[in-house]
Amino acid sequence: MPEFYGKVIASRLMLGSAQYPSPAILAEAFRRSEAGTVTVSVRREADSEQAGQDFWALIQELGVAVLPNTAGCHSVREAVTTAQMARELFDTNWIKLEVIGNADTLQPDPFGLVEAAATLAEDGFEVFPYCTEDLVLCERLVEVGCKVLMPWGSPIGTGLGLNNIYGLRSLRANFPDISLVVDAGLGLPSQAAHAIELGYDAVLLNTAVAKAGDPATMAEGFARAVEAGALAAQADPMEPRDMAAPSTPVLGKAFL
Amino acid sequence: MKIIVNGEAMEIASSTLAGLLMELGKGDAKVATSLNEAFVPKALRQTQPLKNGDRVEIVAPRQGG
Repeated sequence: MPEFYGKVIASRLMLGSAQYPSPAILAEAFRRSEAGTVTVSVRREADSEQAGQDFWALIQELGVAVLPNTAGCHSVREAVTTAQMARELFDTNWIKLEVIGNADTLQPDPFGLVEAAATLAEDGFEVFPYCTEDLVLCERLVEVGCKVLMPWGSPIGTGLGLNNIYGLRSLRANFPDISLVVDAGLGLPSQAAHAIELGYDAVLLNTAVAKAGDPATMAEGFARAVEAGALAAQADPMEPRDMAAPSTPVLGKAFL
Repeated sequence: MKIIVNGEAMEIASSTLAGLLMELGKGDAKVATSLNEAFVPKALRQTQPLKNGDRVEIVAPRQGG
């Protein structure tokens, strides 16, 4: 099971809390997903609202680890201040660090990400950087103190799955002791299974479940997929090959 | 004094960040604050003075991915 900064989590599935049709469906989706981690954010609250307090009560009832994010931040300063506010609000040193570099693809800004990660790690945060699968970027993030890396599968909310399997596999090989999470872009349980089969410790997704016609059923689909992927990774998969190899014995075939 | 709270101009009577939260009915709310883009911890709100033109952000827990 995945370990993040010394804390063992009982599930390879990390689930976002946004975009569900209702709080009740969110709660049911979490129950059936068996997710061990929930991502949350901090946002402005209008004078008359108490939505934030109600939402926090719902999250606490889930009984899972809370991972606040810095979603929507485009500068280092924004991300650092947001992380500091999130730490106080959620009483955790964990932060899913997003520093967005491009508004269309929501691709992380690798330069700002390293700078923000260094600042936050220095300040005692346990940083979960949302990054690309760029090997050199990931090396820099590890150098500044990240013990978890969260490369995207594909852009947030696209459901395109794993766009660069070679790159993801390369990260796994290069960072055997770092917890790796595919974060973003997953649309189907089969894609989550694939990420875990590659040796990834966990997957983080939101839209694929929340925007499914039946979020709770899709959540269970992802729960089973990550279990299947973990069994496959544990079982030492066969090597793929280009030429066919008969599985039925050739020896003893009748001469006809 | 006139300040900006969560992006909106506002005339306030309070002279500290803690006072502002009370004035807005958020004295006991689960919120975090920043002043002019810098985080202000809860413990420092009482002594954090406000001045004309300050930009305050008040945030609460919310859904996220």
